Amino acid sequence: MINVSAVSKRFPNGVVALRDMSFTVAEKEFVSLLGPSGCGKSTSLRIVAGLLSPDTGHIAYPNGKPEIGFVFQEPTLMPWADALANARLPLDLKHVPRGEAEARAADALARVGLKGFERAYPRELSGGMKMRVSIARALAARPQLLLLDEPFAALDEITRNALGNDLIRLWREDGLTVLFVTHSVGESSYLSQRVLVMTPRPGHIAANIALPSGRDNRLSPATIEAQRRISEALEDAGALA
Amino acid sequence: MKRILDAFLPLMVTFLVLGLWEWAVNHWQVPPYVLPAPLGIAKAFAANFSSLTASWIATLTVTVIAFSVATLAAVGLAILFSESRIAERTLYPYAVTIQVTPVVAVAPLILIWVGYDRVMVAEALIAGIVAFFPILSGTTLGLKSASFDLIDLARLYGASRGQILLRIRLPTALPNLLSGMKTAGGLALIGTVVAEFVAGSGTATGLAWRIIEAGNRLEIATLFAALALLAITGIAIFAALSLLEWWLLRRWHESAIAS
Repeated sequence: MINVSAVSKRFPNGVVALRDMSFTVAEKEFVSLLGPSGCGKSTSLRIVAGLLSPDTGHIAYPNGKPEIGFVFQEPTLMPWADALANARLPLDLKHVPRGEAEARAADALARVGLKGFERAYPRELSGGMKMRVSIARALAARPQLLLLDEPFAALDEITRNALGNDLIRLWREDGLTVLFVTHSVGESSYLSQRVLVMTPRPGHIAANIALPSGRDNRLSPATIEAQRRISEALEDAGALA
Repeated sequence: MKRILDAFLPLMVTFLVLGLWEWAVNHWQVPPYVLPAPLGIAKAFAANFSSLTASWIATLTVTVIAFSVATLAAVGLAILFSESRIAERTLYPYAVTIQVTPVVAVAPLILIWVGYDRVMVAEALIAGIVAFFPILSGTTLGLKSASFDLIDLARLYGASRGQILLRIRLPTALPNLLSGMKTAGGLALIGTVVAEFVAGSGTATGLAWRIIEAGNRLEIATLFAALALLAITGIAIFAALSLLEWWLLRRWHESAIAS
């Protein structure tokens, strides 16, 4: 679905975020982009989303540009709007008829476990609930490609695990392609089918690790083995110095 | 109990102050042309009810027009500034110049340019100039404070600049806009009174003229009655705008929820 080819990015302040970054993501794959802080993970995601332009290289979508949903590290909700209006935002921007937009947004909220909270305002929701609204907003647009930028980083472990399980369920139910940015070895080893390990800045792909099936939970032997392989790749990439 | 106290405490304090004032004037036999007692002021208000009310309506009309025009102009210019750095850099110094220029100095010129046959227009323009800047600066700041991530999200879903303005920038700016309006409301009243003072006897309509007239005739109680009307009007304007602010922000903004 995505072909990122030799992408480099330098910011106006002189920071070279990415150098010759190349990777692919196949349709319906769940891929994690893992690396240390500041290695260019978020920059890569924004370039894939079209929010930033690379200085060199290009992004190709062999099957045509997909409908994209984006989830930021912060919930990034409109504080003046309730959960339903927040989830409805992409549809309102695309001029989807109001009735249909409301129905789709309500359905998305229900799917992330927020049925009954449609009229709640962001300040009335917990951090985990706000992130669920953010995910519902992405899902309401019926994306083919879901981009998540460390969405669970600010949450407690229990909430992170619960949302991770929900994300896997939604990925399977909707046949999504997911590119998931994280700095957590545990998260990437459990959630993804493949992990792309990045070097420290300027970032590029150091390792491309396909993970076996059988990772039924976060403590299964297969998951622990995946964590070991990913950690080794991080160390080899100089990310654990 | 707390709500009852919140509502009645200001009134209780007001009556206490008025009572002390009445007592002090009578006790020390202060001449009414120096400081009239509250009861004397009330009697003067009753005796001049129709003229004071007519003047109050004239002043209030100009104030409301000036405030409305200032709000529309300031919000329009703030939107322009938020969308164009060149416009902001070019025009903001002029807005600041308008703010810092003493309006009493330019008011006579404005009256001459607009013409004494359209004195209410001139007064509204003068008052609008006074009220303009707080709304402009607050709204500009608010529009430019919109979340970058939220704007990026909107761009991702194909939002136009107009949609980003309506759905993200303007709601973000709302608390700043309303705060600016609360300041501007009182300034519009002050500006109207200043304009009426400058316009002088040629207009003979607003409360400022009643104040000048009463002062010239040493009818100090009537002067105070006019001042009291101005004070009550200023409080009422502030209260109305505070209520509007609370109503628009009560569901989501900390300032309105805390109150």
